[in-house]
Amino acid sequence: MSKIKMPVEKSHIMMFARSIGDANPKYYEEKDENVIAPPTFIQSSAQFDPDYFLRPKIGGDNWFGSGKDPTGMKSSGSGSGGGGAAMGLHAEQHYEYHQPLKVGDVITAEVKPGKSWEKESKRAGKLKFSESVTEYRNQDGELIITATSVGVVTEKPVEN
Amino acid sequence: MLKKNEIKVGDTYSEKIVEDLKRTQIVQYAGASGDYNPLHSDDKFTKEIAGYPGVFAHGMLSMGMTGKMLTNFVGDGTLKKYGVRFTNQVWPGDSLEGTATIIDIKEEDGETLAEIAIETKNQDGATVITGSATAKVG
Repeated sequence: MSKIKMPVEKSHIMMFARSIGDANPKYYEEKDENVIAPPTFIQSSAQFDPDYFLRPKIGGDNWFGSGKDPTGMKSSGSGSGGGGAAMGLHAEQHYEYHQPLKVGDVITAEVKPGKSWEKESKRAGKLKFSESVTEYRNQDGELIITATSVGVVTEKPVEN
Repeated sequence: MLKKNEIKVGDTYSEKIVEDLKRTQIVQYAGASGDYNPLHSDDKFTKEIAGYPGVFAHGMLSMGMTGKMLTNFVGDGTLKKYGVRFTNQVWPGDSLEGTATIIDIKEEDGETLAEIAIETKNQDGATVITGSATAKVG
């Protein structure tokens, strides 16, 4: 499924650290190449997934965000028409670290589907959960991180 | 790295991980992580199509900011596990505080490990993240 091949680069770690407001000087010092990536950095492997569905494709015209219209998605007849379309949200994320993720590593990912289940909620109606497990390995085939992600599709927007 | 003779069950560490979250920081996270879901940067889509009051932060931004609190506490490269549940959305303007609490210290396969409970709350005291972590102790 996944064709991710991610070179772990110092400048990418710096940009990621900035975005989470992490001031640890290790992420910014030019000379120090001996850097262990922040614990959630592997999430940015999405940058290296050619098919990642949450990035507009070059030349693609079916991005679902707004342009002239509130969504660029061609009508597929799947909307309920009442607004508040069913929407996927991130419910849980778990990482198991087998070895430190370091600058210079080249990471490949293998995604395995996990369990799925349903639950009723007062704030968002019927919730459909699904889990996926991703194994991230380095250039020597060594397991670096196992990530378990749980997504949820809600029947209606979560009440706040 | 935490030192075995300097920690005990019940010790806590807290950090303000963001004050008045800016929409621009959410955009920075989208750019760095590669997650361009319009729910996090596109107000028009988020209001008119998704039915939310406006854009909100990636769960992974909250987990990332909570993670910096965690690595500031336990040190770089010491984590064995880190996992969270996203219990409430995080909105622009929110201020978050993350807290780590040592709930167990144990020996496993010749290593000393600290089991840590994690909670991140917003300015109204609502929990936005609950989680746990395991860190190596020196």
